[in-house]
Amino acid sequence: MNPTVATGAMGFLTGDGLAGYADAIAGFVFLIMLAITVIGGLIACNAERLVCAVSGLALCFVGVAAIYYYLNSPFVAMMQMLIYVGAVCITIAFAIMLAAPEDSQKNGPAGPLSGPLAFITAGLVTMGLIGLAVNTTFAVLPKLNMGGVKLIGAELLTSYSMVFELVSIVLLIAIIGSLVIARHGRSK
Amino acid sequence: MSLTIFNTVMAVVIAIAFAAANAAYLVWAERRGAGRIQRRPGPNVNGPFGLLQPPADGIKLMTKQLMIPAGADKALFMVAPVLAMAPAIVSFVTIPFSDTIVAHSMNIGVLMIFAFASLGTMAILLAGWGSRNKYGVMASVRAVSQNISYEIPMLITVITIVMMTGTMDLKEIVTAQSGGLLNWNIVPSLSSPLMPVAFLIFFICSLAETNRAPFDLGEAEAELVAGFHMEYGSMGFGLFFMGEYANIVIGASLITILFLGGWGCPLGLYPGVWWFLLKIYLVIFTFIWIRWTFPRTTIYGLLNLSWKILIPISLFNLLLTAGLLKVF
Repeated sequence: MNPTVATGAMGFLTGDGLAGYADAIAGFVFLIMLAITVIGGLIACNAERLVCAVSGLALCFVGVAAIYYYLNSPFVAMMQMLIYVGAVCITIAFAIMLAAPEDSQKNGPAGPLSGPLAFITAGLVTMGLIGLAVNTTFAVLPKLNMGGVKLIGAELLTSYSMVFELVSIVLLIAIIGSLVIARHGRSK
Repeated sequence: MSLTIFNTVMAVVIAIAFAAANAAYLVWAERRGAGRIQRRPGPNVNGPFGLLQPPADGIKLMTKQLMIPAGADKALFMVAPVLAMAPAIVSFVTIPFSDTIVAHSMNIGVLMIFAFASLGTMAILLAGWGSRNKYGVMASVRAVSQNISYEIPMLITVITIVMMTGTMDLKEIVTAQSGGLLNWNIVPSLSSPLMPVAFLIFFICSLAETNRAPFDLGEAEAELVAGFHMEYGSMGFGLFFMGEYANIVIGASLITILFLGGWGCPLGLYPGVWWFLLKIYLVIFTFIWIRWTFPRTTIYGLLNLSWKILIPISLFNLLLTAGLLKVF
């Protein structure tokens, strides 16, 4: 985590006077974003109806996009909004509305992992992550460049062109697969 | 620091006021225009030319009781109208009205407007589903399929423009078109001879994205009663209406900025905010004109138009422009 964010959040919580005023506002905003993300995630996991769960997911994505924006990468934030909220969530919701009956609700416990065991697992994972976050010393890396659209594009097509091509192959396979499935459905 | 915050707050307040005023008076303009086209007076009783009609409508909507249907999903039902209005206001923040009048200039302004426009689709979806009404659900399924299919040719056209100007900053896109009519993006140039076609595609997509007739399948009153907002009364309905008209203003602004030279004069004289306003209101007038002149399409005609005509042509235009930009 960015050290100023941490001190800002701390400054807000402890209220150490006017010195950390701007930091405190920043920290408060950051806490709101965290709350939005966590609440969205909780709704997504616990909602009774699937459409409500998707709305929670969208809220969670908006929170994550806000955090990206806060951490000074507006391009990633906008892509998060455009792709995850604008495309993924809406496609999921659309599929639910087309495919499932309106009153489709979640089923009961999915298996032995849900319930107490899941809570223990989640708790252990959380403890591990907290331990990692507290014990790691975060080095502030020097800023490489402005992170603008042009630089990202140039990097994608030069240094990371392999990744770029692999991603496009994955997408191509997904498209062909969905076409094959749809074709099969039509012939029946 | 504090001055920056003050400026930002002021900008947001002005954006909200501009959106609200436009929404109110565009409804009046729409009804007067409709009356003119259908050879009837339209609202002409309250005040001169019926100019006091929007405040009267506003007071009526705000004093009505907000009813929530018993079977509705309360949280989603309440969230949806806000979600229809809020993204439109956020998008106003980054639109440059002139060289100096812009609330927050971003170097990815185009991307931001489209990112927030996608939230509007979510609002329609939640409104239709949250009211637990079969017409509402059908309307939102239609509206979403329409929005998804028309976003694709729209974004491809925007990519063409971004390739030509080499920036996603709305301000710089306008600056690249400064110096008169012949520099505007709507005029075919050597590197992109199909620009008028791209403009037409973008215009059609703006009509479809703002759910305007002839593409208003989401609220086709003859078949779906009123579509996704049929269960809403009072200010819930008011917010949907304001969101719709705010989106129309944003669509007209985008058309002006991307194709019509923004705040530049056709002859290259006296650039300024007045040209921008003149252009967006001309575009909006065309929207109103089209709405009351053309009949509604069918849902199949609508989807075929996008997937079979607009997307292939816009893709072809993208490839052609990419190739010609490399040559010249």
